[in-house]
Amino acid sequence: MSIENALKNPYTKWMEGKGPYASIVISSRVRLARNLVDYPFPHVQNRDAGKKVAFLVRDAVLDPRFRQQVGGVDFVFLNELSPLDRMVLVEKHLISPQHAAEEGPERGLALSDDEAVSIMVNEEDHLRIQVLFPALQLEEAWELASGVDDALESRLEYAFDERYGYLTCCPTNVGTGLRASVMVHLPAVAMTNQANRLFTALSKLGFVVRGLYGEGTEARGNLFQVSNQITLGPSEEEIIGNLASVCRQIIEQEEMAREKLRKDALTQLEDMVFRSYGILSNAYIISSEEAMVHLSNVRLGLDMGLLRNVNIRKLNELLVEIRPAFLQKLAGEEIDAFKRDFKRAEIIRSALA
Amino acid sequence: MMFCQECQKRPATVHVTRIVNNVKTELHLCQECAKHHEGLAFSFNFEPNFSIHKFLAGLLGGSPLEMAPLQSPGCPNCGLSLARFGEIGRFGCSRCYQAFGDGLEPLLRRLQGASRHAGKVPRRVGGKLGVRREIEKLREELQQAIRQEAYERAAELRDRIRSLEQGLE
Repeated sequence: MSIENALKNPYTKWMEGKGPYASIVISSRVRLARNLVDYPFPHVQNRDAGKKVAFLVRDAVLDPRFRQQVGGVDFVFLNELSPLDRMVLVEKHLISPQHAAEEGPERGLALSDDEAVSIMVNEEDHLRIQVLFPALQLEEAWELASGVDDALESRLEYAFDERYGYLTCCPTNVGTGLRASVMVHLPAVAMTNQANRLFTALSKLGFVVRGLYGEGTEARGNLFQVSNQITLGPSEEEIIGNLASVCRQIIEQEEMAREKLRKDALTQLEDMVFRSYGILSNAYIISSEEAMVHLSNVRLGLDMGLLRNVNIRKLNELLVEIRPAFLQKLAGEEIDAFKRDFKRAEIIRSALA
Repeated sequence: MMFCQECQKRPATVHVTRIVNNVKTELHLCQECAKHHEGLAFSFNFEPNFSIHKFLAGLLGGSPLEMAPLQSPGCPNCGLSLARFGEIGRFGCSRCYQAFGDGLEPLLRRLQGASRHAGKVPRRVGGKLGVRREIEKLREELQQAIRQEAYERAAELRDRIRSLEQGLE
């Protein structure tokens, strides 16, 4: 049931817009890579082995005791979903683009009813447990992910080594298998040309900054994803704690930059925010890139109290609603780029009305 | 603004310079025409050319695995050879870690800066390993307590360590 809902409704848990530092941190994500002992990893597995893994996981998550521990969960094989539906799940950040791209009856997804927990089956690893929370809630997300991990581990035999920890397909994930990341909106840092300096500093500390849609995508609308690079050596608590404290520093930088803008360039800032608001509430054709730029400005205006009649949750929903797959889902058919630009403008206008 | 040489309609955004047998030719195309242009199509295929795995394979090319016995038969469970691992940068199954043995350590050190897991342990394997970890942690605390001359606390810790050690035997 939850997967059907997830495809229809743009809203998902991380868009809530509430929680610590919700004005700068959009969401917090924790991902755990896990594998079953002895089964070949997905990139070399044959179909039968892959299906076996998928069925084992499906049985584990549909077990009533699992529901008691974790809550309601739905399971689907990805080949039962259309490519468009799989892209919608990517746009909602519930699965990775890589998971959506590959065909095959062995690829699966388990999704909790509130869409906070998603478990990808046979992505790069047999299991990728992901928890997505709104705002800066890394500790909470880790606790939930670890609980789901325990519940699965009591039913499945994980590949684990005393020396190397959780064994993963790629040596960059071995150890804790933990990748924690936060999505941050840093318009003022970007505007005051501090972004590069900040990111260089972060990379020296072992953190990676990337564009919104992961590896190889540019930052759109001043949205960045900050995540840990190292998975072997530090404990999970250390990784989470370090990332959280780095985030608090990023937030501080952004807040300082915003205050500087308010002090030195309030009129220009207001002009920028209200122009963007004007474009978004009046345009009839708008590309995704242009929309992201103006949405970033409107979000900044809202956070700084310059604009009032906009809802932060609505802005978060727009991040997904205006993406190509979701637009087509709303239109109920495949539509070309021009029609998408038209539909996108319509949705944004009505969201801001 | 320069227009596309082929369609003459859209702005040229793709510029290609080719030098074949010392003859230089220039092409100015729009995205659309470039996609269909012979011999150019593949250059739009940026993504598959770069992936973490290829990058890793590159790192492995420098052969941090040379320490592993060259005649290593590879993984007995999935059949992945060391050479193949060097090409794809990914393991074939969880047994590979054991099969490639100590040769992995330098690679992991280079990638991760460490080669020893200090995090969570699955409950299933947990038992003794968890206790050993606990003892290690208590020993560190004990040293600290002694340094701080907190002898009462040190005595408590010592007793706790003893009872845990007895439990292990």
